[in-house]
Amino acid sequence: MKGRRRATGAAPDAAGLGRARATGFLVPGMVLILLFLVVPAAWTIYLGVTNYRLTGLAAANPEVVGLDNYTRALTDERFRSSLVLTLQFVLGSAVIGQAGLGFAIAYALRDRRGPLRRLVEGFVLLSWILPSSVVAFLWIALLDRDGGTLNALLGIPGTAWLLDHPMLSIIVFNTWRGTAFSMMLYAAALENVPRSHLETARLAGAGTWQQLRDVVFPRIRGHVLTNLLLISLWTFNDFAPFLITAGGPEQRSEILPVYVYKVALSGGELGFGAAISFVMLLINLVIALVYLRMLGRRKETA
Amino acid sequence: MSTATRTAPARTDRPAPGTAPVAVRHVLSRIGRYVFLCAVLGFFALPLLWLATAPFDETPTITASLPRFTLDNFRALLDNPYALSSLLNSVYLAAGTAVLVVTFAALAAYALSRVRVPGRDALLYGLLLLSSIVTGTATMVPLFELAFRLNLIDSRLGVILILSGGLLPAAIFILKDFMDATPTSYEESARVFGASPLQIMRHIVVPVVRPGLATVGVWAVANVWGNFLVPFLLLRGPEKAPAAVIMYTLYTEGGQADLRLLSTFSLLYSLPVALMFVFVSSRYGFRFHGGIKR
Repeated sequence: MKGRRRATGAAPDAAGLGRARATGFLVPGMVLILLFLVVPAAWTIYLGVTNYRLTGLAAANPEVVGLDNYTRALTDERFRSSLVLTLQFVLGSAVIGQAGLGFAIAYALRDRRGPLRRLVEGFVLLSWILPSSVVAFLWIALLDRDGGTLNALLGIPGTAWLLDHPMLSIIVFNTWRGTAFSMMLYAAALENVPRSHLETARLAGAGTWQQLRDVVFPRIRGHVLTNLLLISLWTFNDFAPFLITAGGPEQRSEILPVYVYKVALSGGELGFGAAISFVMLLINLVIALVYLRMLGRRKETA
Repeated sequence: MSTATRTAPARTDRPAPGTAPVAVRHVLSRIGRYVFLCAVLGFFALPLLWLATAPFDETPTITASLPRFTLDNFRALLDNPYALSSLLNSVYLAAGTAVLVVTFAALAAYALSRVRVPGRDALLYGLLLLSSIVTGTATMVPLFELAFRLNLIDSRLGVILILSGGLLPAAIFILKDFMDATPTSYEESARVFGASPLQIMRHIVVPVVRPGLATVGVWAVANVWGNFLVPFLLLRGPEKAPAAVIMYTLYTEGGQADLRLLSTFSLLYSLPVALMFVFVSSRYGFRFHGGIKR
């Protein structure tokens, strides 16, 4: 793959490294990447066609069962509902929640400097950088049925948000958690929109919507796509909801990451869990390929 | 500001620039914007209130409220056998990963930046693609298996290695950009004076790309500090568990949660990343230029 050692003596590079030593410099990093990224990905494919279990007979000598795990997944009610919940989670919290709110905040702050902007940005960023197990508890406390701050504020004690509306809870939570990235990306993108164009549109009587549609959006289309793909990918792979609802109650907020964890590591069905993981990897791959293709096209046109 | 006349005509006919309806609309949109920003501020600040008040409240409850000030709660940290040691474990994991990632990524990025390796760009993009697809969540099953076979279950080194593997591609990518942007003339003259490649690396390259190394280091620490899944999967028992896992066990395991402990521990555990963030944003400005990566 790398370093055909045909080069005689030192290659003409600045530090006199030469191909051999350059390869040596690459090795430690590549070994780690190979071992902990490439091998797991490949192994997922193998494990997915076995009946491997954490304990018991199938743990000692797993058998290859072909596509049984996949056909089982297709007919499994719990897997299908998990897939639907995941879709709701990604659409609701990433595409609508984070991207929508992130853009709205960036747009509202676009020509503003000073303390208000710093305050808003500071809080939005803070919710992004705090450790996930801390923010998970903060939300459990906020939404608590009896003593939660939200119920106290709204004056409706006894509303069990996490039990009655588990999906809504984790969608709002993830919107809160991840809006910062979209906000910053759109803030950077909006700087590319010439202020004079907006001014002209406004003087011509265009409303906010018309300005957004005709002046702003065409100029930040690339950023919007980048943003949507990245946050979809991250949200799809987000394990944080496990820390809040653990998939419950009754699997009503069991998105795929939580489902895999429960089936494979709590339930011990490693083979079946690996099959689901492989489906996740494929979905990740599709999102990432679309993203890369788009980046490539943008570079060509630029 | 301006004289807002009440007789706003129907919105459909376009008024000429500078007439009253435009001014009214302008004022309204300003008010709308303030209301919106205040709502945003409320939404983002509300969950954080508890973290600011409860640790200092004499009788912390689950509701955020004005505290009757005390610092006694922090004593709960000393009473719990795992609270402080878990923070130490987090430091250990974060530092170990950061050192590994920065070192290995710098070496690889330097080689890729200075030496023409065939298929270099394809390799870099391939790695980056790989690291964004192969997430801990999607590969928890084989990672667990792998750790088991390599005897890395319940080993902090295992956690460090796995996390490093995931962070390395992006780190190499970032550092290669930094290396590409630095001129090679110093290295060339050092070579003329007989410095070895490793000497050149240590005495010339490292000082020049230090901001890049710092960026990657901070980024790695932030990633590991908050990571829950990998240590949760691999480490058994609370002795080796980092703060992320101990925090989770504190509010999920066993009966009534001790709110004194939970609140002070949350605060102490959050503080380093918050401080790091303040430091980075005051020193370099926390902004995107064009687009990029978390």
